[in-house]
Amino acid sequence: MFQYANPARFMALSGRVLPWLAVAAGLLLAAGLYLGLIASPPDYQQGDTVRIMYVHVPAAWCAMMIYALMALSAAIGLINRHPLADLAAKTAAPLGALFTALALITGSLWGKPMWGAWWVWDGRLTSFLILLFLYLGYIALWNAIEDEVPAARATAVLAIVGAVNLPIIEFSVRWWTTLHQGESIIRAGGPSIAAVFLWPLFLMALGYTLLFFTLWIVRIRTEILARRARSLILAEGGAA
Amino acid sequence: MSAFVALLGRDIRLAFRAGGGAMLALAFFIVMAALIPLGIGPDLKLLAKVAGGVVWSAALLAALLSLDRLFQADYEDGSLDLIALSPLPLEAASFAKIAAHWLTTGLPLTVVSPLLGLLYGLPPAAYPALVLSLLIGTPAISAIGAVGASLTLPVRRGGLILPLLVLPLVTPALIFGAGAISAALNGLSNGAFGLLCAFSFVAVIVSPFITAFAVRPNLAG
Amino acid sequence: MLPISQLDVANLASIRGERVLFRDLSFSALAGRPLCIEGANGAGKTTLLRILAGFLSPSAGTIRLRMKDGGGTADADLRGPYIGFIGHREALKSQLTARENLAFYAALYRAAGDLDAALAWAGLARVADLPAQYLSAGQKKRVGLARLRLCARPLWLLDEPLAALDHAGKALVTAMIAEHCAGGGIAIVATHEWLDLDCAQLRLGLA
Repeated sequence: MFQYANPARFMALSGRVLPWLAVAAGLLLAAGLYLGLIASPPDYQQGDTVRIMYVHVPAAWCAMMIYALMALSAAIGLINRHPLADLAAKTAAPLGALFTALALITGSLWGKPMWGAWWVWDGRLTSFLILLFLYLGYIALWNAIEDEVPAARATAVLAIVGAVNLPIIEFSVRWWTTLHQGESIIRAGGPSIAAVFLWPLFLMALGYTLLFFTLWIVRIRTEILARRARSLILAEGGAA
Repeated sequence: MSAFVALLGRDIRLAFRAGGGAMLALAFFIVMAALIPLGIGPDLKLLAKVAGGVVWSAALLAALLSLDRLFQADYEDGSLDLIALSPLPLEAASFAKIAAHWLTTGLPLTVVSPLLGLLYGLPPAAYPALVLSLLIGTPAISAIGAVGASLTLPVRRGGLILPLLVLPLVTPALIFGAGAISAALNGLSNGAFGLLCAFSFVAVIVSPFITAFAVRPNLAG
Repeated sequence: MLPISQLDVANLASIRGERVLFRDLSFSALAGRPLCIEGANGAGKTTLLRILAGFLSPSAGTIRLRMKDGGGTADADLRGPYIGFIGHREALKSQLTARENLAFYAALYRAAGDLDAALAWAGLARVADLPAQYLSAGQKKRVGLARLRLCARPLWLLDEPLAALDHAGKALVTAMIAEHCAGGGIAIVATHEWLDLDCAQLRLGLA
């Protein structure tokens, strides 16, 4: 795999793969949205509002997957000193934050008809909110340190600490809500999943994943090109 | 006029570029206000009652965060010298910086505050009061904060001293602002809004003069 | 032709804390001939320039700016609008490009003038749109030179303008000062290095 970590090779390979990824993502999302929003039956309890699930749940899965990928890339960058790994982590973060935000917003839209409130402080929602803040902090740290190399190192440590801390946060937040049980009534788990609901869900999940990879690759390519452009300009501009 | 606009524009642009602090202050505001309920408990009725005070306190702290760089960045890199020699009087330059700070910190906070209201289960009746009180009160925070920034300019690693100086001075804004929100919650009307307006107005008018006065001796370098 | 004729300094003293930097300092800087201020580190060159710029009040003495038409002022605040200043720090924002930095100062100083021409003159045309953090020390210095030239003030106070510049850069500074003085400007230059021009000399730091 590390063969492709060479920027030139990466550019060549990703350039070939990208159009296919994009098309596949588009098709899967279209199929998933059609099945989910139109073709599949409404839930007997929630009616049509269950359809938000098809947008919401896969987004949440992706948000967590992206964090894992980000932390993994950061770790590789830290251990192997590979600049492409650092770049991969850096570019993944805003995408992860977007998916997290999407999950939170669609969850809130789902929650209003389900629970009667735009937001409830239950374990899962709260730990997702914290996940969003972890992403934001990571992005902020990248922006705060001017020099690329120390920035990569510091953010890698942050990503890894966050990854290790995520289960701890999850645990403490669930503990926190069980302490105060009896406030609002929360239906855990949502609707029982029947096969007819599963298909759109998996299609959307796969679609989101491919969409993420498409965007991720585009961002990495853009960064590589921007760095090349900068080096060229500086070399041409002449030392003074 | 164009010199004023030039400085205003530059400071706004800088706030949004990397390391600028605008996004940082906003993120701090959101994170802080969002996570305080973890200490209070998920009881939405209680949270709705404290929402005004919490959001206002978080707004105060977030706005103060980026203030210590208000003059220090220009002072350290020599820009302040050039600004002082420009046709723009130091008072006008101070006002431009206060305006830029509000536009990139106070105003975004105000815009985002309804989302935080959601997290606290704030009833719909209180939202206008929430937004309006922040809209009117945050300029005062920027203005008084600028005075603090100018006073702490010679302090290296000012860090916490600036909030220490500024917080007591902006307490009227906090009291009137949060007061206006709880009045809206309880369906009362009180004079809080009027007092807040007056306080902000005076702060914004007077601050550039005090700020310039405090900044000037630092040029001695 | 620029309106100023000379800067007269009489009995200037600067005492900072316990240190007496200079005392009874008197000199004149005339339009048309640059004045070079020499002295070891810590002799007070920077302090003198900052006093002339009006940033710092002298402990004693007067500074009078004389105009061609006979008028003039001894007031530091009224002197400010005539001053073009280069200090130790480059006064650049690292997140803005060279062009943006220059455009800001041009707007702030209400300077009319072609930004592109100024950048080209300074040899920065190619790197003009890079954020300033990527520029070398010499390139950053050149942005300052372009800014000074663009803002077209008559009384120049330059603190070590040759520092961090290569041969070409130094030649640029020299040519720039020569051009300014030939056009009727005053240039007071604090420098360690030798300026290849016919200058009046002032030495600080001799007890």
